[in-house]
Amino acid sequence: MARKSSKPANRILVTVATRKGAWLYHGDAARKTWRADGPHFLGHVISHLVLDPRDGRTLLAAAKTGHLGPTVFRSTDLGRTWKEAARPPAFAKAADGKEGRSVDHTFWLTPGHAGEAGVWYAGTSPQGLFRSEDGGVTWQPFSPINDDPQYRKWMGTVQDGTPDGPKLHSIIVDPRDAAHLYFAMSGGGVHESMDGGRTWAPILKGLEVVEGFDRTEASFHDPHCVRLCPSNPDRLYQQNHCGIYRLDRPSDTWVRIGKTMPKQIGDIGFPMVVHPRDADTAWVFPMDGTAVWPRTSPQGRPAAYATRNGGKTWQRLDAGLPASQAWWTVKRQAMTADAQDPVGLYFGTTSGELWMSRDEGRRWACMARHLPEIYAVEAAEPRSR
Amino acid sequence: MKVLIPSALRSYTEHGEAEGSGATLGAVLADLDRRYAGIRFRMIDEQDRIRRHIRIFVNGEQVRDLSQPLRAADEVVIVQALSGG
Repeated sequence: MARKSSKPANRILVTVATRKGAWLYHGDAARKTWRADGPHFLGHVISHLVLDPRDGRTLLAAAKTGHLGPTVFRSTDLGRTWKEAARPPAFAKAADGKEGRSVDHTFWLTPGHAGEAGVWYAGTSPQGLFRSEDGGVTWQPFSPINDDPQYRKWMGTVQDGTPDGPKLHSIIVDPRDAAHLYFAMSGGGVHESMDGGRTWAPILKGLEVVEGFDRTEASFHDPHCVRLCPSNPDRLYQQNHCGIYRLDRPSDTWVRIGKTMPKQIGDIGFPMVVHPRDADTAWVFPMDGTAVWPRTSPQGRPAAYATRNGGKTWQRLDAGLPASQAWWTVKRQAMTADAQDPVGLYFGTTSGELWMSRDEGRRWACMARHLPEIYAVEAAEPRSR
Repeated sequence: MKVLIPSALRSYTEHGEAEGSGATLGAVLADLDRRYAGIRFRMIDEQDRIRRHIRIFVNGEQVRDLSQPLRAADEVVIVQALSGG
């Protein structure tokens, strides 16, 4: 349970990426007062906005608009000024006569290993993996997967993915080893590299797929969000189209821990959040995945669910949230945790509300309303110069 | 030659009209990118295809091929085909 810490708390910056721009919420150390800074990039679709934990100053924003191509904006002063990437993520030009792919939007941004300053990874729609070694100024296709025939088959076509395009997401760098990487694709499964991205292999055992499809085929797997536990990098949690899972390496078999969720809620959802110091604790935000998949809060009563024992049991956390008639969804990048003690939780809704909890989900409070549809929320600790 | 810039791209040019030079449409867009870094990729994808919601007109005629020859007196108009809500 939550404990009081003797360590002085740092300020928190909550970044909010929406369908119509980005906002920054600067909090005090107590996380009680927040200063809104925005909109940045009003009218741009911002899929992800991430602070570099290695310098606490650099922000990258994955952007596009309805009519212009995708790009990445970069700030080195916590959003006071922005500059566009000189070379945003883009697929290699196809040989003459071949049909090449083009990036529709960059969907996911992951800072590289703590020991590799300036390295970032990006996942795109359609599925592509890119890397920058200069803090996000220039991006190159990373690893062979973008053009590998087997991976292209697993990626499928634009019709095989999520409604606004198939996505590569959940790019994870093992904090113990910069060459140990994971990523996930909707659709296309979860994949691991032990050699810095030169070779990859799927990790699919134990994962279920939609009834009637072959679970050994990566194409049919739809991981929604995968997270690695910072306090135990051998443990991963996953919210999948077909349930909630845990994986304890070196095992390569996922265990469906969502079966212990209440039957009337189910274990379908988008986000997956892990505790910064306790690998037995994780949070999900279930949605209605029945019949035609309304993708709303089940019964119109939104709630987070927490496990404190690796998925053996789950606790409903809805104090402060609407008790009825709230039909929104929390998308896969739109729920996160800070590293304070007790942990702060944050989520953004498809209806443009930003919610937070200062006590690990026991009580929720609304930070902002009337924002555009929220795509991503991140909590980080900025540094002053 | 004169190139008319839509509002969505004026964060690059600061004006609704820009100067570009080149013997083909592709060359003019490359010249624009030298003057206004990044503008070309917002209009043309990495496979050299004009993006779905961008239209380019030369002297009032829509052009879909970047190899279209141009003369110095031609007028290029770039249009954003707005969509969605």
